[in-house]
Amino acid sequence: MRKLFVFLFIINLSQLVQADIITIEPGSEVQERLQEALILAKSGDTIQLVAGIYNFSDGLSLDIDDVVIQGAGMQNTILNFSNQKSGAQGLLVTSNGVILKDFAVEDTKGDAIKVIGANGIYMINLRAEWTRGPDSTNGAYGFYPVESRNVLIDGCVAIGASDAGIYVGQSDNIIVRNNLAQYNVAGIEIENSFYADVYDNIATHNSGGILVFDLPNLPQQGGHHVRVFGNKVVDNDTDNFAPAGNIVGEIPRGTGIIVMANSDVEIFANEISGNGTVNIAIVSFSDSNEEVLSTDYYPHPRSIQVHGNKFGSSGFDPDVEKEVAEILTELSKGDMPDIFWDGVLPFFQMIFGQPKDEKLVMRNNGDASFLAINPIKFFFSMSDPITRKQEIYQGKIKPLSPITIDMPEEL
Amino acid sequence: MKITLRILSYLALFLSSSLYAVNDVSITGVEFPKSLSEFGFFINPSKQIPSKNVHPYELITSLFSDYSYKKRFVYVPEGEKGIYQKDQAFNFPVGSALIKTFYYPQDERNLELGLRLLETRVLLHKESGWEAVAYVWNEEQTEAFIKIAGKTINTLWINKQGSAIPVRYRVPNKNQCKECHSANDEILPIGPKARNLNKNIFYEAGVKNQLIYLLEEGVIGSYPKNFNTIVDWENEDSSIESRARAYLAINCGHCHAPSGVANSTGLYLDFNETRSIHLGINKRPVAAGRGSGNFKYSIVPGNAEESILLFRMISTEPGIMMPESGRSLMHHEAISVISQWIQSMSSK
Repeated sequence: MRKLFVFLFIINLSQLVQADIITIEPGSEVQERLQEALILAKSGDTIQLVAGIYNFSDGLSLDIDDVVIQGAGMQNTILNFSNQKSGAQGLLVTSNGVILKDFAVEDTKGDAIKVIGANGIYMINLRAEWTRGPDSTNGAYGFYPVESRNVLIDGCVAIGASDAGIYVGQSDNIIVRNNLAQYNVAGIEIENSFYADVYDNIATHNSGGILVFDLPNLPQQGGHHVRVFGNKVVDNDTDNFAPAGNIVGEIPRGTGIIVMANSDVEIFANEISGNGTVNIAIVSFSDSNEEVLSTDYYPHPRSIQVHGNKFGSSGFDPDVEKEVAEILTELSKGDMPDIFWDGVLPFFQMIFGQPKDEKLVMRNNGDASFLAINPIKFFFSMSDPITRKQEIYQGKIKPLSPITIDMPEEL
Repeated sequence: MKITLRILSYLALFLSSSLYAVNDVSITGVEFPKSLSEFGFFINPSKQIPSKNVHPYELITSLFSDYSYKKRFVYVPEGEKGIYQKDQAFNFPVGSALIKTFYYPQDERNLELGLRLLETRVLLHKESGWEAVAYVWNEEQTEAFIKIAGKTINTLWINKQGSAIPVRYRVPNKNQCKECHSANDEILPIGPKARNLNKNIFYEAGVKNQLIYLLEEGVIGSYPKNFNTIVDWENEDSSIESRARAYLAINCGHCHAPSGVANSTGLYLDFNETRSIHLGINKRPVAAGRGSGNFKYSIVPGNAEESILLFRMISTEPGIMMPESGRSLMHHEAISVISQWIQSMSSK
């Protein structure tokens, strides 16, 4: 008897610390049932979404650390927001250590999944899709972690975002891998972020495949240390359908990989092909409003390394409606390059050259062609303001270190 | 006989005072009470008659919530008071509560016809910090019950022009409360800042400055003589700029601030912001998506029509509209003020 008592006591104790599995099914009042579960969950709990279509009229949100939301597969558990009446996104996560796995978010009015200020966010085998295909009234972002650290986006699918399918903004320690991004304006975008590995993804049929950007006047600037490797960035041929005003609205249809104003970006071992404007573009940030360029912002790309990539066709159908493509088409006189650098630098460097460790480096890119603008000649309308010589950029590759992120025990 | 009566009356007095006192444990306890009356904030909840130490207050400029009206109360435990903090709400001690009831009059032209109470939001100062939650009033208007997951109330009221206005009123869920009330990841009161309380109010004893009244009642401690007071955004005697900035500060500036939830946008509309780019003047959007409305800048001086900020105030579509939650109707009067302000800026 006494033994039994002790035994029961132990069971009780273990139940106290045991994480619960809360199962939610689709059906009536699911908005309230799921939202209540998301609010009442304890750290360590799993909210299990059985297969089926869940219809929501308002956005959902999670603010409890270390919760798992687990579906029955990205084709089976579908969170449908086509009748959404309020909320700027489908699901908002504002807590740490959350795992989102095996479900889909469809047809949100704004972003599909947004994560703000998380330390640890793990998005695995999810799908974010606007089912009518490219349309300027689609939401902006599919997967949108911002101001977060230890970010994993793995095995996800993003389709139809009117800005970026996968967008990591103002974050650090980031891994984006094994994803498929298609029919978005931008497939994958890493913006104002530090320490990101973007690898083994497929970015296809977007306007632009992979973007690495840094923008001014934001709490986190100076984006740097981004490795883009082993990706297939092919056939990005969708007309840019972003609403004007957004920076991605300026991306020409048919851009493979574009780096703007970032430092320390290493692009290697990618397959980059079938991009009608250009396979790789490396550009500065510019704005007609001079006030935009605060002193703590550096608008030029530096320490960019491009090596060992496999290039296919490029520049066969430039999107001349966009300024970058228009200039490139004009300067190349029809002989479009695989890799384009706008050559814009601080004035002093345009005269005397860049510091050695900030120079663009290109190696082992097969027979990839190259074009850079000589901005001084260009500015003074001198003849032949371009160079196609790659030899002068054949410096030594200094590999950036791989990214490691803190992972939860479950993964 | 006389003595018995006296004892009885003392007893009644004692009972009523304890009956109509705030239940302090309900504020600081771990669990939220299921019903609003358990807090004891009101002698008569339906009529919103407050208990002892629960003081009504008003704000100079307040948040737009689909034209609903609001009654606000503050409760501070006996013997304690809220401490003045520069640029922030008074720091009310643990055990305090801020209470806000949202309602529509049946008919704005005749308030005698009665009110429809929608929800009462409470901010409770627990040992672990502030927590926010909403209570939704029942049809009978006799009690409000906790709704941590929020609720949609489809209702209507008759406005000053005599039109019946249908509204899909949203009671925020617990997380949405936090979205607006968090600063540097901590939940904080927004409204009762000295600069937004500094106004004259009609009390039973006559007109008095609200801060002086609250000081005399022991609700707040002393505060400096000089601080900037926000203007009433509806007061046409104030400059259009000060009215617009007051409206934006109260309706947007809690998220759109360097410490707010929307700080990643770089658009800061809080009361103290002075940098033109961060106020949105010729500022490109960062992650607005279709919220940009095909326009390039948040504010184009002299051109309200092409200013994203105004576009998002006009919209009632989720994914475009601002604020992201708490509004389903257009705030026509505010749209007019913000529009005039943008038009008044010189376009150089």
